[in-house]
Amino acid sequence: MNMKKWTREQMAQRVARDIHDGAIVNLGIGLPTLVANHIPADREVILHSENGVIGMGPAPAQGAEDYDLINAGKQPVTLLPGGAFFHHADSFAMMRGGHLDICVLGAFQVSASGDLANWHTGAPDAIPAVGGAMDLAIGAKKTFVMMEHTTKGGQSKIVPACSYPLTGIGCVSRIYTDLAVIDITPEGLKLIDKVDGLSFDDLQRVTGAPLMN
Amino acid sequence: MINKLFDSPEAALADIADGATVMIGGFGTAGLPNELIDALIARGARDLTIVNNNAGNGDTGLAALLAAKRVRKIICSFPRQADSHHFDALYRAGQIELELVPQGNLAERIRAAGAGIGGFFTPTGYGTELAKGKETRQINGRMYVLEAPIHADFALIKAERGDRWGNLTYRMTARNFGPIMAMAAKVAVATVHEVVELGSLDPEAVVTPGLFVQRVVKVARLATSAGGFKEAA
Repeated sequence: MNMKKWTREQMAQRVARDIHDGAIVNLGIGLPTLVANHIPADREVILHSENGVIGMGPAPAQGAEDYDLINAGKQPVTLLPGGAFFHHADSFAMMRGGHLDICVLGAFQVSASGDLANWHTGAPDAIPAVGGAMDLAIGAKKTFVMMEHTTKGGQSKIVPACSYPLTGIGCVSRIYTDLAVIDITPEGLKLIDKVDGLSFDDLQRVTGAPLMN
Repeated sequence: MINKLFDSPEAALADIADGATVMIGGFGTAGLPNELIDALIARGARDLTIVNNNAGNGDTGLAALLAAKRVRKIICSFPRQADSHHFDALYRAGQIELELVPQGNLAERIRAAGAGIGGFFTPTGYGTELAKGKETRQINGRMYVLEAPIHADFALIKAERGDRWGNLTYRMTARNFGPIMAMAAKVAVATVHEVVELGSLDPEAVVTPGLFVQRVVKVARLATSAGGFKEAA
């Protein structure tokens, strides 16, 4: 089999392709942050960050960092013309109130019905931290998840039901992995796209819930 | 004459008592009122309940307050950070109580307190561990969780400019929790880098009207290693 997994950059590129001109988008910490680098130049996309900024630009030049202007990952960013600042209650009203078109989040697990687990492993010695994950997951018009298809141990991260503590119920619309793009539909998981050289049957074998072609 | 200006952070916090609930603005270190936290440590009040988005970074500010063992309970959304070692140690030793709240619920609970709301139904957290034991309700086909307001005795926040009436403006994402915490506390104390004459803040651009603010203290602006901050004019 000459299948080649998508790299992290290719995954980001694949997500970026689905972000429409004019979209208001929140990118989660980690893998989703890469999406910003791949939004086609002819699309005007507005980036929102939970800590009270919309219209975020790229990272500043070295030496020009201003730690009053940071993103959710607490890294310095810049502001594009037209950008604005607001307080935290307004920022989360933007999410909860359905004013964001798309949010892109990482995940430990996604269930076949779109439940998301991405905030806590539930391990007894782990210190829990939730941040804005629960608000984002249920607030945006569309919640995209970006994650590896399987764990390092080869277990599917797409599961019949999440074993990790939930972030939100039935909130995920689409999953982007290093193998495939899969929609969560009322009828079940629908395959949208997959890497070259991977058969449907091989993909199904590493996916913990039934797929529709 | 109304004059909310105080000479020092210590003077502005001289009456914080043991057992007080204290909101502290900031998201990470942006908007964290370090001078007020230092004054709170110097004041020596114990058994505090702290409301902040995080639980301290590094060894200064909120982390130093935790390290000094003045905090009984912290209400926050994201305690675990690469440099939250003081909180981590206290938590693992069972020496601090944690109420973990999704960030938007935290913000709205604070706003609700300031706005006189007795509680609100939110979809955030429904069906998760963080909503366990809370009242739920179906409204227009969607499930919601009842959340209560968070009131405070004091709010310590960082603003940019202020006047003697307590009108405030902020700087970029350092605004974060400042405006809503000011509303939710009996006594809101704001640091500013610049005190201006009454009337010189553009009334269209005032972010926190002075009635939400009881005390204003001028502090010097600290330059960061990145050089992003400049000394206030």
